[in-house]
Amino acid sequence: MIRAQVIVRPRQSIFDPQGDAVCRAIQQLGVANLKQAHVGKCIELELDGDDVEQARAQLETICRDLLSNPVIEDYVLTLSPANGK
Amino acid sequence: MRWAVLQFPASNCDQDALHVLKKVLGQDAEYVWHKETSLDGADAIVLPGGFSYGDYLRCGAIARFSPIMPAVKAAAAAGKTVLGICNGFQILCEAGLLPGVLVRNASLHFRCEYLSVRVENAATRFTSEYRSGQVLRLPIAHGEGHYVADDATLDSLFANQQVIFTYCDAQGKNTPESNPNGSQRHIAGICNRAGNVLGLMPHPERASEKILGSDDGLALFTSILKSI
Repeated sequence: MIRAQVIVRPRQSIFDPQGDAVCRAIQQLGVANLKQAHVGKCIELELDGDDVEQARAQLETICRDLLSNPVIEDYVLTLSPANGK
Repeated sequence: MRWAVLQFPASNCDQDALHVLKKVLGQDAEYVWHKETSLDGADAIVLPGGFSYGDYLRCGAIARFSPIMPAVKAAAAAGKTVLGICNGFQILCEAGLLPGVLVRNASLHFRCEYLSVRVENAATRFTSEYRSGQVLRLPIAHGEGHYVADDATLDSLFANQQVIFTYCDAQGKNTPESNPNGSQRHIAGICNRAGNVLGLMPHPERASEKILGSDDGLALFTSILKSI
């Protein structure tokens, strides 16, 4: 089995109102030196098989077309074999 | 003229759109479920408002892969009229039929109210019954209506007169206070380069009868009728 994790983040150039609200909340809780906060998504996937490179090729397309929108978001795809299952 | 009103799981303005088309305008209009693959030769397609697929991932991100969408893309490529309202606008952007994307309102608030919208371009099949510069009273109801695109895209939208509606005050001025969601350059509605695909966040179908408080939206539908 292969485990994949996709982190989707708002692009730096795009105003992130959720991150801004979270930043201000953390500052109000006393972390005065907090500079920025950004809110993204973490998507976890499990695939049958053990060919990590084949899985990467499959999932890159899915990341670009469905899981993120390149106009506003970047993504990082990480894959690892999960032994013993 | 035949109209198709698409229904995705959690569309919720489909009935409003069908009501205006059938009961107010006497049109031949039918629902088309998103799992269908044919639009049966409809001349105009409406993607209604709502929260398709619960807005999971991003608004419209999953609906764009619905089985009906290849037929919508083919109809758009063939020059048929495609109108996306609110969630329908979000789906058209995610599907690549319109540029840009709609993100969370800058205020983080869901905004549900009547506001003023200016007609930027009355020389389209969607707006010929309006005047350029006309100020309309239309309702909005959205949490993700903040239009975002890169500067080159925004410049080309304006240069090619693809910006059809902007948010404004009652006098028609694009003031910061009149922008309900932080949309770049006050954009409320845009069309594609060919001019046959329109997406807008305000709801013309909820403002097509006087009894509802405004019938300023009706001319959008009568403009389309005139164009066919």
